[in-house]
Amino acid sequence: MDLNIIWFILITVLFIGFFFLEGFDYGVGILLPFLGKEDRERRAIINSIGTFWDGNEVWMLTAGGAMFAAFPNWYATLFSGFYLALVLMLLALIARGVAFEYRSKKDSPVWRNRWDWVIFFGSFIPALLWGVAIANLIRGVPIDQNMNYTGSFFTLLNPYAIVGGLASLSLFTLHGSIFLSLKLTDNLLDRARKVANKLWLPTTFLLFTYVIFGYFDTDMFSKLGVNPGVIPVLAAIAIVSVGYFLKIKREGWAFVMTGITIAFSTITIFMGLFPRVMVSSTNSDYSLTIYNASSSPYTLKVMSIIALIFVPIVLAYQAWSYWIFRKRVSTKSKLEY
Amino acid sequence: MDALVLARLQFAVTTAYHFLFVPITLGLSIAVAIMQTAYYRTGNENYKKMTKFWGKLFLINFAIGVVTGIVQEFQFGMNWSQYSRFMGDIFGAPLAIEALLAFFMESTFIGIWIFGWDRISKKLHLTAIWLLAIGSNLSAIWILAANSFMQQPVGYAIRNGRAEMTDFFALITNGHLWVQFPHVFFGAIATAGFLILSISTYHLVKKEKHDVFIKSFKFGAVYALLGSLLVILVGHNQAQYMIKIQPMKMAAAEALWETENPAAMSLFTFGDEANKKDLFAIKIPGGLSFLAFNKFEGEIKGIKQLQAEAVQKFGEGDYVPPVAVSYWTFRIMVGAGFLMLLIAAIATFKTFKQKFEFSPFMYRIVFWSMLLPVIANTTGWLFTEIARQPWTVFGLFQTADSVSNTVSAGEVLFSLISYTLIYAILMVIMISLMKKFATRSVEEIDVDDHGIEEDKLLSKV
Ligand code: HDD
Ligand code: HEM
Ligand code: HEM
Repeated sequence: MDLNIIWFILITVLFIGFFFLEGFDYGVGILLPFLGKEDRERRAIINSIGTFWDGNEVWMLTAGGAMFAAFPNWYATLFSGFYLALVLMLLALIARGVAFEYRSKKDSPVWRNRWDWVIFFGSFIPALLWGVAIANLIRGVPIDQNMNYTGSFFTLLNPYAIVGGLASLSLFTLHGSIFLSLKLTDNLLDRARKVANKLWLPTTFLLFTYVIFGYFDTDMFSKLGVNPGVIPVLAAIAIVSVGYFLKIKREGWAFVMTGITIAFSTITIFMGLFPRVMVSSTNSDYSLTIYNASSSPYTLKVMSIIALIFVPIVLAYQAWSYWIFRKRVSTKSKLEY
Repeated sequence: MDALVLARLQFAVTTAYHFLFVPITLGLSIAVAIMQTAYYRTGNENYKKMTKFWGKLFLINFAIGVVTGIVQEFQFGMNWSQYSRFMGDIFGAPLAIEALLAFFMESTFIGIWIFGWDRISKKLHLTAIWLLAIGSNLSAIWILAANSFMQQPVGYAIRNGRAEMTDFFALITNGHLWVQFPHVFFGAIATAGFLILSISTYHLVKKEKHDVFIKSFKFGAVYALLGSLLVILVGHNQAQYMIKIQPMKMAAAEALWETENPAAMSLFTFGDEANKKDLFAIKIPGGLSFLAFNKFEGEIKGIKQLQAEAVQKFGEGDYVPPVAVSYWTFRIMVGAGFLMLLIAAIATFKTFKQKFEFSPFMYRIVFWSMLLPVIANTTGWLFTEIARQPWTVFGLFQTADSVSNTVSAGEVLFSLISYTLIYAILMVIMISLMKKFATRSVEEIDVDDHGIEEDKLLSKV
């Protein structure tokens, strides 16, 4: 296995980490205005991710940085190509990050209510747009022989990508509601459970639609064949089992299962891409691959050594921070945000 | 306006804005960590109050530092895709390492620190703030390693139509980095020092002479003095270094048109940029030679000669950066630096005499002095980046070739306006919050943001 493949895998891992962790953050943000009826409840909801959201967001930054370092052409084509979509997403993320910190710093109900909606939109927009972006990676976008994106903003809004966006949006929201049922107490816990139960069926439906659509609209079918292998099948079983675990109130297992759904769907998509990183719909020869988009072997080697040392350390202290703050948050706890 | 000009404007606006908050994060994180260490060591409640008071301001600042940083991370790909293709092999590495090594550390431990009060052991909680401070400053080293490469490319070869890394260690042992980082670091210490000094003075004069603010004042004064003194000393080194690697930058900083030996240092020049000559100037004879070589003689090359040399080396083109901007931004930075040194020295003197009375005039000076380092930081970066033009990577790659060729002027205009708007709104909100929390009295420090005393709510879940 050469280093290009290892970096492709590593970036897949970073995206899994990002979607898994930031996924429930987005979900929590989206549910905030609906689950929390009064101020103290909303605060409890925000505090349930208060310790974690910034660290989770860094998974996205690291995925971006790793793309830049290992596959500069991928980074350049993707980010300049999807320009307007990314600007929207960045605006959402800017507002959202500040909102967590500032929301509870003034007493005024108007002030707080406004920030709550900022958190909602700031979570909703990226949750949707990431699905759209990933779907477009695999479906293919117009890319010319110089690796330049030649489409427009509206090229990205094709039906397949929109279904992809809705699928990620609902999956993250479901993931978030299950996370909340693990972190909250009393009334809030009941509500979070109810929402999770309601969300499960539509989410499953959207995910299956997305997969079936993908078989017609992308070259996944020709690549993966009728028998797609264990990983996509396990993803499907996982999302179906979520319904069961929710019914018997085993949220811990339900959370593991939405996690597996996220991880294995991401792997499926990246497997479908491999060895390409962006598919050109203009001409398949113009697709970006892990070879023509990559850094030099030397840079890949240096980066591999660094990743090998630091990724485990990061995983260890992040896991530890989840361990320290594993207790449920109630409206009667001491709240920071 | 074309996409290039707009992209440059956008980069300048978003980066300069990011860097309004960065130095406060760098300097204040260490300051708060020191205060908390004092609390840990002595058990003195006033140190705890200081930690909480300045820690709150730190967090308000930190939030904006983080979100404006996200824009920076993506901006290279979005607006400078040609640059990213050409430089990515080298430039992407420090950025990825910064995220992996520093951002994870900062963001995880800040969470632990905010939520850890009374929940984890005191020792662990103290460790968290130190790791946060170290993480922030590590991030500065890595991003400056990237920037230093742009000032002085090292450890690379041009292959496959791009710059490829040949020596990673050259990247982190780049001489430019090790004058630039100390300069930025001590500038950040001074920035935090003046913030603490100014706000403490406000409390001592307008509110009460409480021990918490007397201690803060002393801390701020010494911190500001150290920072100002060292940033100037390092700045001097940096200037000497610059003459060696980017002589054009120094010539532009001094509006030195002709080569001189000994070279005079300009105090004030009013020049004609188009015709490359002075209209009016006050100069210290031999001053520039002294700055460069620590003696009153030595040749400093002028703009005209350097332009001619550059044409020989790189081919036809205009290699002169905007001289007036370079000249004035450099002067403003240096001027602010000496003013800072003076004010910090006065404040330290007051500390030693244990005298915390201020005339209304003196009060105003000390209070507004918190803006001086902010001005110096901004003009310092404007100078460093603008006087490097027309290059993005000095001697290797030009700004005009760096810009994304698939992003239209209209798209950049849209993003530029959006970022500017949202940043302006955030600025207003942040200042209002800073004001609220900076003017709280000592009794209010332990009260939570909702007017409720947290202890009454604290249930042991
Ligand atoms: C000398 C220091 C310095 C400089 C020149 C820059 N930054 Fe910065 N950056 C920091 C020092 C810093 C910091 C002190 O570490 C911040 C500020 C507040 C914070 O939370 O961390 C930060 C935050 C920050 C974040 C958010 C991290 C998080 O979520 O925790 C990103 C993605 C960037 N920066 C990226 C950049 C890029 C791509 C830059 C180049 C154009 C840049 N920064 C210039
Ligand atoms: C945070 C402090 C920084 C500030 C305030 C700053 C400021 C600026 C400004 C004002 C420009 C525009 C110059 C012009 O258009 O004439 C510029 C250009 C540029 N800077 Fe910096 N810079 C900073 C740090 C960095 C760092 C750390 C990097 C790299 C990692 C960087 C990379 C660039 C690039 C790629 C350009 C090209 C665009 C251009 O030349 O207009 N800058 N910067
Ligand atoms: C009075 C003494 C000072 C001198 C002689 C000085 C010198 C310099 C020089 C030569 C540079 C450009 C380096 C390069 O492009 O290679 C620079 C940049 C800079 N200066 Fe200063 N400086 C002084 C004071 C200050 C102060 C007081 C601050 C802030 C508190 C400051 C903040 C900066 C920043 C942020 C930069 C850009 C980053 C960098 O290139 O290091 N400077 N300074």
